[in-house]
Amino acid sequence: MAQTTASGTSGVRVTYDYVTRVIHKTLGDPTKGYFALLGVAVGLLTIGIICLLFLLRYGLGLAGYSHPVYWAVFITCFVFWVGIAHSGTLISAILFLFRSAWRTAVYRVAEAMTVFAVMTAGLFPLIHIGRQWYFYWLVPYPNERGLWPNFKSPLIWDEFAIGTYFTVSTCFLIMGLIPDIAAVRDLATGWRKKLYALTSLGWRGTNEQWRHYSRGYLYLAALATPLVLSVHSVVSWDFAMAQVPAWHETIFAPYFVAGAIYSGVAMVISLLVPIRKLFHLEEVVTIRHFENLAKLCLLTGMIVGFAYATEYFIAWYGGPTPEHKAFYYRAFGPFWWAGWTMNVCNWFLPWILWFKKVRTNLTALFVISIFVNVGMWFERFTLIAIHLAGEPFEPFVKAGYNPTWADWGIMAGSFGWFFMWFLLFVKNFPAVSISEVKEVLPPPVRSGKGAH
Amino acid sequence: MMNPLKELFGGAMTPGVLGVFGHLDDTARAVKDLKADGREDFTVFSPVPRHELEDAIDRPNSSVRMYTLIGGIAGCSIGAWITLYMSWDWPTQVGGKPIGSIPPYVVIMFEMTVLFGALNTLVGVALNALRAARREGTIPYDPRFSNDKFGVFVPCGPDKAGATEAWLKQHGAEEVRRA
Repeated sequence: MAQTTASGTSGVRVTYDYVTRVIHKTLGDPTKGYFALLGVAVGLLTIGIICLLFLLRYGLGLAGYSHPVYWAVFITCFVFWVGIAHSGTLISAILFLFRSAWRTAVYRVAEAMTVFAVMTAGLFPLIHIGRQWYFYWLVPYPNERGLWPNFKSPLIWDEFAIGTYFTVSTCFLIMGLIPDIAAVRDLATGWRKKLYALTSLGWRGTNEQWRHYSRGYLYLAALATPLVLSVHSVVSWDFAMAQVPAWHETIFAPYFVAGAIYSGVAMVISLLVPIRKLFHLEEVVTIRHFENLAKLCLLTGMIVGFAYATEYFIAWYGGPTPEHKAFYYRAFGPFWWAGWTMNVCNWFLPWILWFKKVRTNLTALFVISIFVNVGMWFERFTLIAIHLAGEPFEPFVKAGYNPTWADWGIMAGSFGWFFMWFLLFVKNFPAVSISEVKEVLPPPVRSGKGAH
Repeated sequence: MMNPLKELFGGAMTPGVLGVFGHLDDTARAVKDLKADGREDFTVFSPVPRHELEDAIDRPNSSVRMYTLIGGIAGCSIGAWITLYMSWDWPTQVGGKPIGSIPPYVVIMFEMTVLFGALNTLVGVALNALRAARREGTIPYDPRFSNDKFGVFVPCGPDKAGATEAWLKQHGAEEVRRA
């Protein structure tokens, strides 16, 4: 027998059976550490819910809005979480179409992250509208005067884009899970066997099932690829279509898409480093996977840095315009700390990823990924709240904007909400794709030739 | 009590022989030889999609692509219809733009194309799977097929089961089982 296994980093023979069992093992009984993490997530969520209840009772005034800053932490969080969602579909759909084999070990985490991040992002426009019980006014139906929504508004485009993205990425996640749930179904016992028997939808891996499934998956990937590029472009137009200096920029769509993928890949690294350690997935998720993620981070980080430089250059080149003032305000105004946090974390820090030693050091990668996420949150905060505070149309207004406990509490709650769903997912469903990891392994063959 | 799902998808077992294979090349060779004998009624089980098996089985392209195409076209049309109809139903000039201004509506049309295309793709996969399930529910399965084994089920009457078992073993089957 030849070519039936691949060797892992520690010389373990990685076979089809090894992959199924090691991933099935991640679904065992939760440890105390898992419950502690889940407890932290639920605790943060509780804080968020309490703050939200206060906000519902006493109104948006609690959130620190101050004229002209009416888009602030909530919209920042919305854009941040939509951005986080982006790398999931990039890794699962775009790299799938490119036949990039390394994605197989990391895409499930990225895809689950996508779905939960969109679920988190979707909460913020609802919180932001103030009167949440009228959320259905966003749905395209006529009001009592027969007036339809304004389809020329980027906010309506956004609703369609985010709704479509959530639906398609959820379909993609569920579809990818079906063969893997069937694999763990056949090893599971007790209530888990019943759960997986139900959710695997009768999957048996027959030739007819694979024939239609593979095609369906390919077309979903083909549809999701332009979608992922469009969604953050549409989010960027929420700003770029407005007449606010530092918002009204033609580079916003690619700038936002690169930034979204950048933050999303950083979040995948932040999630995958502890999961790999906790679930003993060292042979399946290797250093090479992290290095490739770091390269992706480096590429998108360079694009983001170039976009920042372009923004500053255009503002300087344009002469003493409102744009010029806005960028001066960003760098040297009262909120300089937010602008420079963004610059340091997103623009300068990723340069150290040029070194292979850094890219292959998981501790360094984990720390950098956290900094990138902090930086990307501040990028959105700077762009949204700070540029509104510094807008030059009303020079007599001195905005004294400061986020309040309600802003921070609801933001913390969003992290709790996201991590709660994520932790529940990785303990109950395969966090690494079983069938796709097997696909890139040499198959068991008798002759030792022909398979590749 | 009658279970309609059981009646629909779990009818009487199809008589035949199930071979369990440990190697991909043996499985592909068995399938090729079955095809060479003019058989089309067999079923192959695999833990992963492998092009060696796809080539050996040699089935036409899945019809799912037509579902995707029809869904996409329908979504684009619905996107165009809702934006243009709703604009003209209560004409309001916004931002100095024409009432039915196409460029901003392209965004809605695009999103609807992707949404309906994706949902109809799922419908296509589900309908094809349901159609196949009526037959697949009547043939035996081995839990190892989702792990590391391949399988070939060959329908045959009890009089030919012995010969089929021998044929599968000759092609490398590690185990054979009658249904």
